[in-house]
Amino acid sequence: MATAAAPIVTEPLVVERHRGFRERWYRTPSFVAGLVIIGTMLTLAVLAPVIAPYDPNHQDLTQLLQGPSSQHWLGTDNLGRDVWSRMLYAARVDLQVAFLAVCFPFIIGTVLGCISGFYGGWADTGVMRFVDVVVAFPFYVLIIALVFVLGPGTRNIYIAITLVGWVSYARILRGEILVAKRQEYVLAARGAGFGDARIVMRHLLPNVITQAIVFAMSDIVLDLLAIVTLGYLGLGIQPPTADWGTMIADGEQFLTTHWQLSTFPGVAVVIVGLGLSLLGDGLADLLRPE
Amino acid sequence: MDLLSYFLRRLVQAVPVVIGVTVLVFFMIHLVPGDPARTMLGTHASPARIQALHKEWGLDQPLWVQYKDFMSRLLHGNLGDSLYYQESAGTLIMGRLPATIWLLCYSTVLAIVIAVPLAALAASKKDAARDQVVRAVPMVGLGFPPFWLGIMLLLLVALHSGGFFPVGGYGNGFTGHLQAMFLPSLTIALGISPILIRSLRASLLNVLESDYIMTARSKGISERRVMYRHALRNGVISTVTVLGINLAFLVGSTVVIEQVFAVPGIGQLMLSSIFQRDFPIVQGVTLVFAIMVVVIYLAADLVHAMLDPRVRFD
Repeated sequence: MATAAAPIVTEPLVVERHRGFRERWYRTPSFVAGLVIIGTMLTLAVLAPVIAPYDPNHQDLTQLLQGPSSQHWLGTDNLGRDVWSRMLYAARVDLQVAFLAVCFPFIIGTVLGCISGFYGGWADTGVMRFVDVVVAFPFYVLIIALVFVLGPGTRNIYIAITLVGWVSYARILRGEILVAKRQEYVLAARGAGFGDARIVMRHLLPNVITQAIVFAMSDIVLDLLAIVTLGYLGLGIQPPTADWGTMIADGEQFLTTHWQLSTFPGVAVVIVGLGLSLLGDGLADLLRPE
Repeated sequence: MDLLSYFLRRLVQAVPVVIGVTVLVFFMIHLVPGDPARTMLGTHASPARIQALHKEWGLDQPLWVQYKDFMSRLLHGNLGDSLYYQESAGTLIMGRLPATIWLLCYSTVLAIVIAVPLAALAASKKDAARDQVVRAVPMVGLGFPPFWLGIMLLLLVALHSGGFFPVGGYGNGFTGHLQAMFLPSLTIALGISPILIRSLRASLLNVLESDYIMTARSKGISERRVMYRHALRNGVISTVTVLGINLAFLVGSTVVIEQVFAVPGIGQLMLSSIFQRDFPIVQGVTLVFAIMVVVIYLAADLVHAMLDPRVRFD
């Protein structure tokens, strides 16, 4: 009975959800707004070498700390570098690191969450106790401590974020799989004699990954904030590479006279954060089965 | 199960987590690429000094002996000696702890003061304009880098307050602390409020649909009284857990906020120690922060069990 029910229950559900997404995405305001914001930011970041009026690291010592003007739209910093050009190049670096940094924890957390939820027993206990331990460390403290021991730089930021970030995905996937594995379509797949890997990859994962994808949107924000914070503390992306966090830190000493130096990079982070939150919110609506 | 038994059970459950935390903190030194002693002391350190540090930290011993010694020292309250200050790391951390605890408690109070009225306002009329505005707050608020928010408060408030809100420091005496720590605490509170507002609003909307609220309304009780005397009491239960989880997250934010506002807490100690490559302090502060989080989780569970006795029977 269960075997025969499998195609009837699963196939139409997945197909309907995909068709629904294509038909509904442009009618979901938060998704469209998020897409426009993130699309614009990504376009600016990708086109930075074309649209940036100056080399982001070019120092013009005759133009130190200039206010916004037609020549320098957002002014210049204490080394005479064009702030607008540095903002564009910083978007390139920060967004690339934030988006890529989510991939590794996503994959590791998904694999461990699947193993934990699907097999239960010792695998589950082992993974979840490890999760409990990692969760006991405040996010920023662990990231800062890891970057301290590993050393600053992009590669070590990826490692630190991966070591800390996988736990959320593992928790989400485990919870989803614990519920889904008792559903009839999974029992049917088992009854049909499918192997564990096939059941997880072909049947469970497409039905439980939604929550993890939605979470990934807010996780990119979290990672971006971590990268910018590390940059602000001098532990992140190293100078002279432009980074929003470093720009905020550099501008802080001129806060009373040149407020724009610290303000604009922060506004850029807030805009990206807002865009990703809207995108995540819209995705949650769109991917929720009707 | 009575409250004491529940608390003891949760306490026992926390023991493996604390042991795991010590293992992870212990292994931090082994993540350092190359020779940790050489990395910490710098390239100009003499071989004799490096050798002495190897011996002091037990790096010449097998791993399990190192962990055993680490735990033995830890149980005696010894976090090692600071390489920079030449003083006990434990003493230095304990000296800085009050400022951090002040910051955390003050932030929690401010977060509740901000979140409760806003959530109640939003839930009082679902989908109305005020609800939409309050719902937009978390959307924008979550993308704010905490340290940048702090800098903006310095720029927009502290610099225009005529010295009423100092731009940094811890202040003297209770009122001095209240005044000096207001902006740092507000920064942290603004970071946590969006999540609290979202959770409390959802929880209140559920509660407001309950039968007992309908009964209260049918008795002619004012909406304000229904909200604050009846709905909030139950609505706040799930928010306590959310507050606990996010306070733990914001314990981490104190590190950065202390740096922005020059608050002499353990976060600032950690950051200055990072630049002095003072490993025992960084290791000690990381451990203290993790223990604080475990304690916060325990406290949140306990408060939850006090507010909702059903939890104890799960």
